[in-house]
Amino acid sequence: MLKNNRWINLAFQLAALLLAVIFTTLILLAAGAPPLEAYKNILMGAFGSLDNFANVLVAWVPLLLTTAGLLITFSAGLWNIGVEGQIMLGAIFTTWVMRLLQDTTMPPALILTLAILAGMVGGALWAMLAGALKTFGGVNEIFGGLGLNFVATALTLWLIFGPWKRPGVASMSGTVPFDDRLSLTVFTGLRLSPWALVIAVAAIVVVYLLLQGTYFGLRLKAVGRNARAAFLLGIPTWQYMMMSFALCGLFAGAAGAMQVVAVYHRLIPSISSGYGYLGLIVAMLVNYQALWAAPVALFYAALNIGSIQLPIVLKLDSSLSGVLQGMLVLFVVLVEGARQQLMKKS
Amino acid sequence: MDTQTLIIGLAGVLFAAAPIVFAVLGETLSERAGVINLSMNGSIILSAMGGFAVAYKTDNIFLGFLTGMAIGAAVALIVAFASITLKQSQVAVGFVLTLVSRDLSYFLGNPFMGQPGPRLSSLSIPGLADIPFIGPLLFKHDLMTYFSFLFIFLAWAWIFRTRPGLMLQGIGERPAAAFVRGANVNRLRYFYTVLGGALIGLAGPTYSLSVKAGWNGTISGLDGIGWIALSITIFGGWNPLRAAFGAYLFALLQWLGLVLQPSLPGIPSQVLQVAPFPLMILTLLFVNIGNAEWVERTLAAMPEPTRRVTAKVLRALRASPPAALGVPFERD
Repeated sequence: MLKNNRWINLAFQLAALLLAVIFTTLILLAAGAPPLEAYKNILMGAFGSLDNFANVLVAWVPLLLTTAGLLITFSAGLWNIGVEGQIMLGAIFTTWVMRLLQDTTMPPALILTLAILAGMVGGALWAMLAGALKTFGGVNEIFGGLGLNFVATALTLWLIFGPWKRPGVASMSGTVPFDDRLSLTVFTGLRLSPWALVIAVAAIVVVYLLLQGTYFGLRLKAVGRNARAAFLLGIPTWQYMMMSFALCGLFAGAAGAMQVVAVYHRLIPSISSGYGYLGLIVAMLVNYQALWAAPVALFYAALNIGSIQLPIVLKLDSSLSGVLQGMLVLFVVLVEGARQQLMKKS
Repeated sequence: MDTQTLIIGLAGVLFAAAPIVFAVLGETLSERAGVINLSMNGSIILSAMGGFAVAYKTDNIFLGFLTGMAIGAAVALIVAFASITLKQSQVAVGFVLTLVSRDLSYFLGNPFMGQPGPRLSSLSIPGLADIPFIGPLLFKHDLMTYFSFLFIFLAWAWIFRTRPGLMLQGIGERPAAAFVRGANVNRLRYFYTVLGGALIGLAGPTYSLSVKAGWNGTISGLDGIGWIALSITIFGGWNPLRAAFGAYLFALLQWLGLVLQPSLPGIPSQVLQVAPFPLMILTLLFVNIGNAEWVERTLAAMPEPTRRVTAKVLRALRASPPAALGVPFERD
């Protein structure tokens, strides 16, 4: 007999983790690679030195920011796949404001603050476009969002190769880097900015409180569970959906802004680096609850950074981390489904 | 542009659209049965890689195509199992599978990057190929392009002109009613999802062994095609003929983008490559907007002649999904 017991749930989740690792190991064996060597390489790549761990945290910041935003849209029952484009628009708006203000006499702190705020607004506007397509055009947010992602990519490329191109020759390496005084302060010798960390942690705390402790969060979840019932109860459904798109866009935009002001110091073609899609995966893995988002996002960031060395050391493609990340969610979903079916039968 | 160039260009459009036609037909069958296979973007890439790898290793091109179909069917089977048997979200599982399949193909395909592999040869149909205009347009293709023509009509005839096809419509629209009529709803849903998956899987090797022969990892140019095919399925209103029309329209637009590029020097090529995506949003908007409430209200307020014309246009474009799409079936 299976009771809805905390320990049994934990056992099922561990089983999912184990299955994901076994499956990935089989894939490594199929590729003729030494699995232990590969895992050790990922581990060392992520935690082997202070430098590496700092890089994990650098990746953790945008991932946590997007995950935080996505928890809001998921609460409203929305699949905001367009989050990838919202990160890009955040980066574009931030770059735009930086370019406008970089030659003024404004203090750098003010320029940076304005640029980050602009990025958040950019992300929110792009998210609201997907929201408007859904609300007024009946276009499912998945398809609208995906289309807008490709449009955002095109926009980024057009800016880099067109109006914002480097003097001389435009290239995939991006726009002209900003002056050193216009980047967020970093820990000495590392690429990690304490400000970026603070913003990311604050974001997940805010989202946790918003969803757990406010009337707004409660009503948003009601919309997500059953939009029709929520509407009949007097909740302005479409306004709440638009609001959740906008809020998610704010966080995604902040992630894009961080990529510009704290990591790359310019706009590059792959500025969003897939953190949007990864954020969706993380949100699914934590079962759309804010509580576990921070540690799971850290683990996923570690996998991303840890696998960078794989092609050089073991001649393996670094997409291995993506396989493991996806397998984990896939097995968690499958095992959870199996548990529910078993419980129903017993 | 002279007639000769135009015919060759249009024949190229039919050729380039073949994999999209397969994918769109597969997704149409699956969604007609009530299951969204969102894994399409990944399973096309994975089947392209797998099909190429097997054809390369065995030097047998048909084994390559079979492998692609098997991969597509296997991925679809996971979607079916998770959603029908385990009653988990189709969208969630499909999305994860999209990412996993894509990364898996880049990982496992690494040794085959840039290798010269086999390629499907073209097969003119004797007699028919000599007809002026129509011959070079329709009858000087490879086997897969002919199959793509054939499958459009087979799928259409199956859905709308046969008894099992009627049952297929039933399990997607009114599963409870179909059940009462004796249909094993869940078993049929499994069948059509896996069959549709096999068709989607055929799209992969049609790229890697024909249309875009070879495997080049992330620069194979296959990432995104599955998403396009998903929206063409909606544009097609779950009707094989209209869906195929959408696939050809898309291929035509891509070709026009290439042809027009020299006369539009201000636009970088990367931008033209993604031009179909905004168009996709627009088409989805036109297809769906007739379903929105405010449109009906606006229509009602319009003067009579305008109202009639607008309503007619919207109705022609409009498409409604199978009513039970994405909804699990439980008999109770």
